[in-house]
Amino acid sequence: MRIRLRDSVIPGTTAAVFLLLAAISSAQAPSYRAPRTADGKPNLNGIWQALNAANWDLQGHAAAKGPAPLLGALFAVPPGLGVVEGGEIPYLPAAAAKKKQNQANWTTLDPEAKCYLPGVPRATYLPYPFQIVQSPQNVLMSYEYAGAVRVVNMGVATKAPADSWMGWSNGHWEGDTLVIDVTSLLDSTWFDRAGNFHSDALHVVERYTPRSADTLLYEATIEDPKVFSRPWKISMPLYRHVEKDARLLEFKCVEFAEELMYGSLRKKSSN
Amino acid sequence: MGRRLLASLAALAAVVLIALLAQAPVAGQATSPAANAPAAKAGTLPRTADGKPDLQGIWTDNTLTPFERPKNLGTKEFYTEQEVADLTKRVREGQQGERIEGAELGAANPQAVRYDLELYGFDRNKLRYTSTRTSLIVGPEGVVPPMLPQARERMATRAAKLKGHEFDSYEQRSLSERCLLMGQETIPMTPAANEGNLLQIVQGPGYVTLLHEIDHSTRVIPTDGRPHLPQNIRQWQGDSVGHWEGDTLVVDTTNFTSLTAYRGSSENLHLIERFTRTADDTMIYRFTVEDPATWATPWTAEIPWKKTKGPVYEYACHEGNTMISTILRGARVADEEAAKKGK
Repeated sequence: MRIRLRDSVIPGTTAAVFLLLAAISSAQAPSYRAPRTADGKPNLNGIWQALNAANWDLQGHAAAKGPAPLLGALFAVPPGLGVVEGGEIPYLPAAAAKKKQNQANWTTLDPEAKCYLPGVPRATYLPYPFQIVQSPQNVLMSYEYAGAVRVVNMGVATKAPADSWMGWSNGHWEGDTLVIDVTSLLDSTWFDRAGNFHSDALHVVERYTPRSADTLLYEATIEDPKVFSRPWKISMPLYRHVEKDARLLEFKCVEFAEELMYGSLRKKSSN
Repeated sequence: MGRRLLASLAALAAVVLIALLAQAPVAGQATSPAANAPAAKAGTLPRTADGKPDLQGIWTDNTLTPFERPKNLGTKEFYTEQEVADLTKRVREGQQGERIEGAELGAANPQAVRYDLELYGFDRNKLRYTSTRTSLIVGPEGVVPPMLPQARERMATRAAKLKGHEFDSYEQRSLSERCLLMGQETIPMTPAANEGNLLQIVQGPGYVTLLHEIDHSTRVIPTDGRPHLPQNIRQWQGDSVGHWEGDTLVVDTTNFTSLTAYRGSSENLHLIERFTRTADDTMIYRFTVEDPATWATPWTAEIPWKKTKGPVYEYACHEGNTMISTILRGARVADEEAAKKGK
């Protein structure tokens, strides 16, 4: 059920209807009430980051040897409880086989290794911060990883002009929750380093709900009838960077991916 | 052929001229020679909730005004309205690949023509001057000051080191080929007549965000007066911090890498950008570059930006980059053939 508390609606309604809406809204939302922006919306501005092992594997997993054993414990796989509701990702049989294949070859197939744009929802829980800049018309999300960015349209929903890596985002408020409908995503991104993947039929609905001054609850419902037998959901807290003068730095990782991508084409040194 | 076209389009030209004259008063206000810096009309300016000028929206800096002043104009800093109209007419009636003194044609420049531009939606009739300036660089000189000997030496050393090794590996290729820093995303932001120069601005409390369509280059600029990053942290696009001076957003950028090299600048490049919204559809972007290791004096350019419609597309440069591998593969094939011949 979607209820939009639009400013224009409230003055025109009776007190009874307003109270009813408020009651439904508070029944859905957690008890915490976020500070407001000047236009009365929950204030999500800030620099946020996930603190979990979801980017290694959305599903629960034990610690494991990393892909570069010669580097010792430096790049070992950290363990994680998993962020998938119910634990299992409901792959269709053919897709489950492809996932296994992806996982077996992840260091060469994972788009993150090539510094490709991460797509949604992976951008949210990559091990890099991202910043929310909120205006009444748009919510801009700037990600440190690869300089990825997206502008969430908060006005009348619009259609994507083309498919893209970061997709097309239309947002609205449901009580204290920022709900973003993401469509027109390319099939080239993954969900994690464990080979979890999707097709170009991916549809993501994200929910950002303030749960305390410095934490958000992030939920994403993932729907892709070409790959999954039913929609499924991930959820995790996001934490605010509270250090003084926190800011995103530049992580233009293209230069770190070039040896992997083009190193074999280097001129052979004579002699 | 040019003359025949001229004659047949005489009527259209008259319409274009009238349209230009109708726009002229606005252009005149924004770039009056008497005004040293642009000023906004108080009261009419849109503002955000915190009372700052609202710079938000999608902007383009496309213009026919060349970056540097043509030599034959000497110290003439401004055209008359009539001269702008005449020049515009010449551009719009010109032939593809034709060079026109005083007009920066971007992709339609003779040396840049690679395609039938009409296939790509290129429309000469949309090209325009956005002020009466004869060059984007302001002042009597109107050109980038001569490079200091030490800067020329720096560039010559770099070029000599590269010579004969241009195709050895990706490291020797240009930053734009590698999708590390595309020409149009480099700051300061400079235009061409018909390149993809869309810029989207989103403002939140304490921040102004500049999203350049080219390679989705984004700067989230704090306006709370915080200091720059420590000197040892260097970034391709430097470190930008901002503050408001009256109704002008001033952005100060330092901490560039030595390879960023804007027009041959050193890593000590200091860039100051000023954004002033002067009308509903116009913002004046004025920048000054200082780098005593490259130029004896700072120099300044002023570029009017016009409101435009989106959408801003995702420009995924690296993801679609087949150029580097194609170039290097070609070079390796050439190496092999040369080796065979040598035997």
